[in-house]
This record gives sequence, C-alpha cells and structure tokens, in this order.
Amino acid sequence: MLKIRETIYKYLFTIFAFASLIFLAGIIIVLLKESLPVFAEVGPFKFLFNKFWYPTYEPPEFGILSLVVASVIITLGAMCVCVPVGLGSALYLHEIASPTQRAILKPVIEILAGIPSIVYGFFGMVIVAPFLQDLLGIPTGLCAFTASLVLGIMATPTVCSIAEDALSFVPRSFREASLALGANRWQTLTRVTMPAAGSGISTAVVLGMSRAVGETMTVLMVAGGAAVIPKSFFDPVRPMTATIAAEMGEAVMGSPHFHALFAIGLILFLITLIFNIVTEIASRRFRIKLGLGR
Amino acid sequence: MRISKMLLKRGLFIGLILTMCCFGQGLAASGAEITIKGSTTVLPIAQLAAEEFMDAHPEVDISVQGGGSGMGIASLLDGTTEIATASRKIKAKELGRARANGIQVVETPIAVDGIAVIIHPTNKLKDLSIQQIRAVYTGDISNWKGIGGKDMKIVVISRDTSSGTFETFEKLALNKQKVRPDALTVASNMTVARTVAQTPGAIGYVGLGYITKRVKALSVDRVECTRETIKSGHYPLARELFIYTDGQPAGQTREFIDYILSTEGQDLVRAEGFIGIR
Repeated sequence: MLKIRETIYKYLFTIFAFASLIFLAGIIIVLLKESLPVFAEVGPFKFLFNKFWYPTYEPPEFGILSLVVASVIITLGAMCVCVPVGLGSALYLHEIASPTQRAILKPVIEILAGIPSIVYGFFGMVIVAPFLQDLLGIPTGLCAFTASLVLGIMATPTVCSIAEDALSFVPRSFREASLALGANRWQTLTRVTMPAAGSGISTAVVLGMSRAVGETMTVLMVAGGAAVIPKSFFDPVRPMTATIAAEMGEAVMGSPHFHALFAIGLILFLITLIFNIVTEIASRRFRIKLGLGR
Repeated sequence: MRISKMLLKRGLFIGLILTMCCFGQGLAASGAEITIKGSTTVLPIAQLAAEEFMDAHPEVDISVQGGGSGMGIASLLDGTTEIATASRKIKAKELGRARANGIQVVETPIAVDGIAVIIHPTNKLKDLSIQQIRAVYTGDISNWKGIGGKDMKIVVISRDTSSGTFETFEKLALNKQKVRPDALTVASNMTVARTVAQTPGAIGYVGLGYITKRVKALSVDRVECTRETIKSGHYPLARELFIYTDGQPAGQTREFIDYILSTEGQDLVRAEGFIGIR
C-alpha cells in the first residue's frame, strides 16, 4: 500500500514539477507566434527605434522607443529610491536593531510588500501626485518622477528582505574572525560582511529592478500615459506595461496593433529574462565565494 | 504498478463525472444570466437599470462590466457577453468580423450623450471653437495665451484608444487628426474629471454625466453644453449610445432592453445625467 502511494506521489509531483516548464514553453511560443507578424510588417528596426506610437490611426505607427525610454527612466528613478532605502534598512536590521525593533520592523516591511499594487497606484494618484504638483509647481503631478517615487517605495521591501537574508547568510565565523583581528564594527561591515554578501545584495537590487520594470497598475495610474520621450524627469510618460494594459482590451484580435502589443510583451519578457540570468550568475558566485559549493 | 494504473483510471473516471456535473450546473443556470460589457460611458446607466430590473425579476442575474466600447463589441463577437454597450457606432471592420463569426449584430440606440470640454474652475476661459479645440489637442497651440487665456502651459488630457468617448471626440472634434503625443492619457471619464479638477492648466473631455462642480464645462462654438442644446442637435459634440446584441434579443435580454427603453428606464437614463432617446 505504501509503495503504491509513493508511486502516485512520485508521478503527481513529477507532473507538478514539469507543469511550470510547460507553462513557460507555452508562453514563449505564444509570445513569439503573436509578435513576429509585427516585425515582418513594420520591421524590427523601425519598431524599436521609431518614437511615434499611434496604433489606431490610419496609417498606424508602431514605434516603441518612447515606451522603452519611459520604462527605463521610471525603473532607474525607482532604483534611486529603493536601493538606498532598502539596503539601508537591511543593514540597520542586521547590524544595529535590537531584537525588539527587529521583531516589529521585519513584519512591517513584509506587510509593505503585500499591499496590492492598485492601492499604491491610487495612493500615488490621489495623494502623491497633487502634493508634488503643488510643491514643485509642475504642470501635472502625473509624471515620471511620481511614478518612480511610488514604484521605489513598492520595490523597497523586496530589496530589503533579500539583502537582509544575504547579510544573515554570511557565516558568523567571518565576522568573529574580523572582530578578533581588532577591526571595529564599521570596518567589519564594510570590508568583510558586505563583500561576502555582495552578490546576494546585487541579487536583491536586480530583483527590485525586475519588480519595478514589470509593474503595471501603478504606472498606468500615476505615470500620466503620454507616449513621448520626456524632456525632463517631470514630464508624463507611458511605460511598456501600461501601454499593454490600456490597449489590449481594444486591439482587434489578429490586427497589427494586437501583434505589436504582444511584441512589447516579448521585449519585456526578454528584459526580465536577462535580469533573472544576471541574478542567477550573481547568486552562484555568492555561494562559491562562501565555500558553500554550488 | 498495475494497481496504480487502475487507481489512475478510477481517478480519471471520477474527474470526468465531476466535470459533467459542473457542466450540467452551468447549463441549468445560464437561462437567467445576462452579461453586459462595454463602454464606461454607458456603465452607470447599465448598472442602475440592471439593479432595478433585478429587483423586479429576482430570478435574473445580470453582471455589468466596463472595459470600453471596443472591448464590449469584441466580447459580443467572441460570444462571451449577451449585451455589448457602446458609445460609438460599430465599425465596418467589426461588422466584418461578426459575419465571419456568424453573429448577426443588432443595434438599439438607448440614449444621447454630449461630450463636454472641461477646464479647471480657476481658468477664466468660457468658450472655444472646434478649430481651437483641435489646435490644442493636435499640439498647434500649447499655451493658454494662444487661445485668449493667461500665460500658462496647457496640460492636455485625453483617453486611451479603447474609449468610445475618445473615438467620438476624435471624429467630431479632431477630424481624425492625431492627438499630440505628449497628451496625458487616462483610463476613465471619472479620472479625466478628477485630473482636470486638480490641475489648473488642464483641459479634458468627458461625457455630460461626468461634469462635476469641481470642473468648468466650456461652450463650444458659442453653444453651451446642456441637455437642451444636445437634444436639439445644436451642440456639436453629441453622440448616441447603443446596445448591441447577437440577433434580435429574446427572453430576459429582450425584457431588459425593453425596460431601458420604457418610460421608467429612460427616467434612469436622465437620472444619470444623459438624455433620453424618447
């Protein structure tokens, strides 16, 4: 009886394990199949480097340069917020916080990670945007800067908790050895703990970046949605994700517009894939450095 | 090994039965379920009418969704909705697809709506001509100074391409010219009104029902945007709102549409700030 059960479990979990592979393969096939027609129609170079996105006009224009630029600017802006705040709080939690502070701060940061993105979007749209508009005297608060700020806050818990994990993976012996050699806490932190956790910290940063570049609802609500290469950080922009979300409902199935949206999806997928590969390489180096094997 | 295969077969059998049960239930319930998808402009009418109709007919279950006129019609053509609402006429392209899918589209006008051009209440401007509106939206004029206002940058607010309001505005006001690429695009009538209300330099356009106290509606070509001017046909930015069905509506769907067209239903249309069709 036990043997039968084990066999069933074995097959069941084999199916589960391969299910993600099947999903991934399916998604890649659909993305490629649905996006390739637009490259044939518009030409890959024109698609990537034309800055005009007028998908519903006659004749339509499918240039995603301004959308890509928007995604890049917002992501970089978000990194300027989430990397210092996220890493700073990770270091504080790891080095300075008393057990009581840790017991409060850690769950609070994790709750921040659990707030739905639409709530961030609403918060950004109703509170942050009007506030910044008045404070900075800009024509509209729905702009790249506001989107970066809100996305940065969103990505902070991801960066913080992964960086904190990385710091706590550094073996105690490393720190003890350093302290025993007469290094003070600052020296131990900057010259021993952080380099040892360095690759783990870079993983945290890259994952924060993935979170920011793939985020949709918040940027749809806060970034302003103007498909143009911004002249300043305070101009409205339209990132790739927001474009797909806003237009997929209308695009006639099988039309060039439909294929163009899939092609944007493909490019987003490639970007996050690159991020994931970078993360994987970094974390592998991290394990080898600490002598933990592969 | 053999026993496990037997178990697997039995599992499949049970699964099959469960699936059939679910199917059966789905079929049994579908007689009294109506889905309405489409225009965010028609949404408040559909919502209110559905609530009133369900109060009178408790056996009917109506679910109302927005998503835009384009999405509503696409759903009708896919067969995923019984009723599509639209704030524009169905396009030739969509009719072609309907024929390909074997769907016979039937159009029922239910209300008339005017598109109001709105600005921030602190803006002194009162009237714009269609040409001026077009110049602002296409990017020829980007400062209020250029159309008789004070020296302030114009923040142009438009809608996503899935919006019926956008398509009607594009046709009636812009003569199909391109909206300037740096215009803000937002997702709903309500968001346009809110964004205009909190942005001193903004200009936007919304359905008549979405004019709030916090924004100012401009007159267009010296015609004020009111129910009377829209009904009389003098206001230039007016349009009909439609319901689309597959074939002549029948059963509960028919009753629901008749309800919207009844005196009672048309009162609801007026209560939501639109103009009745009869």
